[in-house]
Amino acid sequence: MSTSHVVSVKLYGAVFGILLLLTLSTTGIAFVDLGGDLNAVVAVAIAIVKGLFVILFFMHVRYSSRLTWLFVGAGFFWLMILFSLSMPDPLARGWLSPTGQ
Amino acid sequence: MSEPEAIHLHQFDDPVQQHEASWLGMWVFLGTEVMFFGGMFLGYTFYRTAYPQGFASASNHLDIWLGTINTAVLICSSFTMALAVRAGQIGQNRLVKIFLCLTIVLGIVFLGIKFTEYYQKFEEHLVPGSDFRFEGAFVSSAEIFFSFYFAMTGIHALHMIIGIGLLATLIVKTARGRFSATYNTPIELVGLYWHFVDIVWIFLFPLLYLVGRHLE
Repeated sequence: MSTSHVVSVKLYGAVFGILLLLTLSTTGIAFVDLGGDLNAVVAVAIAIVKGLFVILFFMHVRYSSRLTWLFVGAGFFWLMILFSLSMPDPLARGWLSPTGQ
Repeated sequence: MSEPEAIHLHQFDDPVQQHEASWLGMWVFLGTEVMFFGGMFLGYTFYRTAYPQGFASASNHLDIWLGTINTAVLICSSFTMALAVRAGQIGQNRLVKIFLCLTIVLGIVFLGIKFTEYYQKFEEHLVPGSDFRFEGAFVSSAEIFFSFYFAMTGIHALHMIIGIGLLATLIVKTARGRFSATYNTPIELVGLYWHFVDIVWIFLFPLLYLVGRHLE
């Protein structure tokens, strides 16, 4: 009796190829000046896509129960809270000048 | 055709429930790991927002090609790990051992390249402390960048070393015939851990190596 979904070698190979391609492209794009902070945005966006491929296929979350999805989501939801409550302060500093100055 | 019933502990109804509980437990642990690394990623983001030029200029002192090669090495190790888990699920223990050994070798290659990079940073006096030397206008913020670099890659490397220890244990247990197509949960859970450590690196790589490259 098998309790886990067995993923085909072909699919693992495809995910592996995509991850290697994304690694090469993120290094390549890093040398191009996209202007402003767009380089960092693109680099992190590629990292998120790579992370999703690893989580969904290598870590089998795509084939896991809804309860597992909830547990996986909870960790990243907390991370989102950490960033979204902490970063507005440093990002918004200097937006307003003190009144009467 | 009846298959032998898998053994399960008395607190579980059946092996399926036991298996699900093990996976959820591992994900809870990985959730705490997300929080653990999350604090450092937040610290990095905060200081990069405060000192973008210093961070970009310090980042350009890292070797982008060694970083890219190491990312590829780690992705290869995740691939061999995934194949080891698959081999375990279908009960091919010989393949399990081969793929786990390959994963360990790739992990050691990663740590070797990391060691080379650390060595270069010590040679170039880029290790934060009294001997820190940095050309240019951003000495203090560059020192903050390298503090994050060593703390984050160091703790990541520690996770890799622990992972290699876990993989070695799995090889011994596989050789002793502890796993079969009906019971291979430990291989799956170490796989989850290994892939998680890979994901941490997938984010460290752009943040540490790529942030300032276009400004050179």
